[in-house]
Amino acid sequence: MCRGEVLSLILVRQEQGREDPAPTKQKMITVKKLVKRFGLKTVLRGVDFEVQPGEFVALLGSNGAGKTTFLRILASLSRPSLGEVNIAGYKLPHEAAQVRARLGVVSHLPLLYGDLSAEENLRFYARMYGIANYQLRVTEILEMVGLETRRRDLVRTFSRGMQQRLAIGRAMLHDPDVMLFDEPYTGLDQDASAMLDDVLKTVAAQGRTVVMTSHDLARAENLATRFDILSHGVIAASATRKQLKKTDLLTFYKQALAG
Amino acid sequence: MAKKQIIPRQQNSGSFTKAISAIVWKDLRAEFRSYELISSMLVFSLLVILIFNFALELDIKTRQSVTAGVLWATFAFAGTLGLNRSMAIEKDRGCLDGLLLAPVDRSAIYFGKFISNLTFMLIVEAIVLPVYSILYNTNLFQPGLLMVILLGSIGYTAIGTLLAAMSVQTRTRDVLLPILLFPVAFAVLLAAVKASGGFLDGSGFAEIAFPINLLIAYDIIFISVSFMAFDNIVEE
Repeated sequence: MCRGEVLSLILVRQEQGREDPAPTKQKMITVKKLVKRFGLKTVLRGVDFEVQPGEFVALLGSNGAGKTTFLRILASLSRPSLGEVNIAGYKLPHEAAQVRARLGVVSHLPLLYGDLSAEENLRFYARMYGIANYQLRVTEILEMVGLETRRRDLVRTFSRGMQQRLAIGRAMLHDPDVMLFDEPYTGLDQDASAMLDDVLKTVAAQGRTVVMTSHDLARAENLATRFDILSHGVIAASATRKQLKKTDLLTFYKQALAG
Repeated sequence: MAKKQIIPRQQNSGSFTKAISAIVWKDLRAEFRSYELISSMLVFSLLVILIFNFALELDIKTRQSVTAGVLWATFAFAGTLGLNRSMAIEKDRGCLDGLLLAPVDRSAIYFGKFISNLTFMLIVEAIVLPVYSILYNTNLFQPGLLMVILLGSIGYTAIGTLLAAMSVQTRTRDVLLPILLFPVAFAVLLAAVKASGGFLDGSGFAEIAFPINLLIAYDIIFISVSFMAFDNIVEE
């Protein structure tokens, strides 16, 4: 059975296990007039940003535009200087623990311990997230990211692509509602990138809300349902996939940065 | 397709003690696989003791009088090495962010790292003490002295873990930690040297009681301050 089929099977199984949500019009992420300063330097200058449940937003922008800073604030790793951030109905930074329980974060760093095996890494994070019966969940995640046969191998022996797959598994351990991806394709070869595409499609198909920063417009175009351009510390332009039918993403991106 | 529920499934409140034990388990497991931290602390400690042994070619009585100072200088330098490395492991692969993303009170991360660092320091001390006893021909296995070493190590590691979490975020972390730590930990080291010297000299309890009380007070203060400040220090 190929990995795509395994992913699909797990996806169906996970969806069957989910309860139907209470009907809600609540936005999953709401950011109002967000400002972030580092000393005298202002990186974010009043960002307004909203994401509906289940949306896949690609946050694009040139180097130094503030994409990572913005994502770190959403992940409660950095405090905003001014403005409001609301995730899944919880306000940052006051309700950060509740927000973190609903967030999965993947960055270009794996956030994994090289001297622990794949299984031990997942077990450790499962304990940190207070997941009951984590042994089952760890096995489920290892199957999902295709590392079941390497479960006892030390992470430092893994290739970059395998580490990134395990990092995604780590981020999905606690079944988060919102997933944040910060340049997840950094350092990946073609095969690993294609594998990551599959995993991201699975994540999106599960109905999770996704915000991803990327320099790779082609990959973002294939995956996202909405494209926001961050430039000079504000969201300079935003368009859904439907709105982009008349123009390609590259033209839209260049116009937003120029405008 | 059914939309997912807001509250994650199969999750209870990631309890404080479970998070602490998970961090300690993780640190010990990784360390006893690589021996990266303990071996560097140990080699450094033994070298310091050897250098002092050759540098201070003194008679037995004078050697006894410098024992407390040499011991604590060795523990302090080796401890700094361990504290730096322990936090650098978390930072280098982004694991500190992984810890900070967990839905637990961040002081649990502090206590987990504190207990791990203290364990490593006590292991190194347990190996250094017999070597020192042989080289300097001094009996260091006195219950009172061992208690002082434990109290001193607790205070030093408590404030050291907090400052290591602060310094690891900077580019000059290797240099910054001792610069920050030694002035703050000076009081603990001074009290530890006084109390250790008292036990080695066979002084009466009345003389030793004051530095021991001081050590206990510093331990409580340093742990309390670190507990309160850790969240603010690790967040940008």
